[in-house]
Amino acid sequence: MKGKCEKCDRPATVHMTEIIGGEKIEKHLCEQCAMTAGITIKANVPISQMLEDFVLATSNAPEEAPLSCDYCGITFSEFRSKGLLGCPNDYDALERQLLPLLRRAQEGADHHVGKVPSRAGDDQARQTNILRLRAQLRDAVAAENYELAARLRDHIKEVEP
Amino acid sequence: MSLTDLTRQAGEWLRGAGAMHDVVISSRTRLARNLAGMPFLSRCTSAQQHEVEQRLRREVLDAALTREMFYVDVAAAGPLDRQLLVERHLISRQHGAAEHPRGVAVSSSETVSIMINEEDHLRLQVLRSGFELDEAFAEINRIDDRLEERLSFAFHSRYGYLTACPTNVGTGLRVSVMLHLPALKLTNTIEKVVHAAQDMHMAIRGLYGEGTEAMGDFFQLSNQTTLGKSEGQILSEFRDQIVPAIVDYERKAREGLVRQQLLAADDRIFRSLALLRSAMLISSEETMYLLSLVRLGINLGRIRDVELKTVNELFLLTQPAHLQKIHNREMDAAERAACRAAYIRQRLAP
Ligand SMILES: [Zn+2]
Ligand SMILES: [Zn+2]
Repeated sequence: MKGKCEKCDRPATVHMTEIIGGEKIEKHLCEQCAMTAGITIKANVPISQMLEDFVLATSNAPEEAPLSCDYCGITFSEFRSKGLLGCPNDYDALERQLLPLLRRAQEGADHHVGKVPSRAGDDQARQTNILRLRAQLRDAVAAENYELAARLRDHIKEVEP
Repeated sequence: MSLTDLTRQAGEWLRGAGAMHDVVISSRTRLARNLAGMPFLSRCTSAQQHEVEQRLRREVLDAALTREMFYVDVAAAGPLDRQLLVERHLISRQHGAAEHPRGVAVSSSETVSIMINEEDHLRLQVLRSGFELDEAFAEINRIDDRLEERLSFAFHSRYGYLTACPTNVGTGLRVSVMLHLPALKLTNTIEKVVHAAQDMHMAIRGLYGEGTEAMGDFFQLSNQTTLGKSEGQILSEFRDQIVPAIVDYERKAREGLVRQQLLAADDRIFRSLALLRSAMLISSEETMYLLSLVRLGINLGRIRDVELKTVNELFLLTQPAHLQKIHNREMDAAERAACRAAYIRQRLAP
């Protein structure tokens, strides 16, 4: 649903279907014209849009070595193209590049203040350890090293809650 | 209980009851959760996707979260069944369309649905009729606690519950209400609501449309951020501020219609009812549009021989997959238009 606004030359971002007298009428308007017509609906800004804005805003900054995660292998630029992270470790592994974006998405907030799971205390190191074992298991299976894979599988079973 | 049984009922959350049900159709809470020590879905190997689906299916069903639950293996379900689940708001469009191993556990009342392997490993959802966010949250929190006794979720001391997309991190809580705002639409004052929502950093969008497309007079209002606010704060913004304000705007606009433009309002309301009662072919878009005005007519006390519950049900049961399930066969658009019209005539017969 791309195209130009019916009232001006800006790209149409608001698409509506109305039925008037049994006839279906489609309207394609830009945000401004929709606002003037009193029909605009502010959609959730999609993460891809936010990423695009973010890239534009930071494209003048000196190139940084792209961060990546040791366990799932995702790089910051891969995250940027898809909008999805690869594993829980990425919040730490990509933190330096992710944080400005996260703050934008969360209106400046960067600390959780809500519910904490009852078993959260013991976790961080153990969670990362399991991620590491799983990455090793994945690689062992890919390399057809089934003996190692079996041992890793048993080990994961032991340490997993 | 099976998927086919769903077409014989309309879901507890559409019964047209609950606080402020003249304006607030339903309240929804959603929690995003991921297993600790497991890659997020997009980076899971196919073996891991299977492992997650199997494990979560078992744990969710064994945890006895509600009195009765049934599970739909969405990957194995036919296209019509998937669409049925989407139309009933039990799974997302993406969950219906994907290819990988995934499923959904649904309570028989349809107030609880638990998607497995959506964007996150788990997406819990509780739906309620009317403005009952606190109750919906209490229930989802209880379910989350129960699952946490069995599962360890990815959690970070600084960022809270970790999610595949950083827009959900922290509480993982998305709260939304479906609003019926026909009078604000008719009187061209809907932008008041849009501004109020924007000022509160909320997202507002059309209910049944995709993306930004607004369908009829239905709007979904939801929180934009999930980090830096507690669950209680997120809920109280809806409860204490924005929803009562919107409900107030809409009710005032309705009163204004009755006081100043009764004839014009009646004209649209009764023409809509007449069209629904006599159409031979009707699309789902036109149905939605006309039902909205009938719903307004009932809430204004102008229409007295149709129940609110009937109208709420018709919104659901006249959608394409529902019609086809009710008639138990595939139909093209023209055939559906005839079936839909016949079904509506029968349900709204005076
Ligand atoms: Zn324009
Ligand atoms: Zn990772």
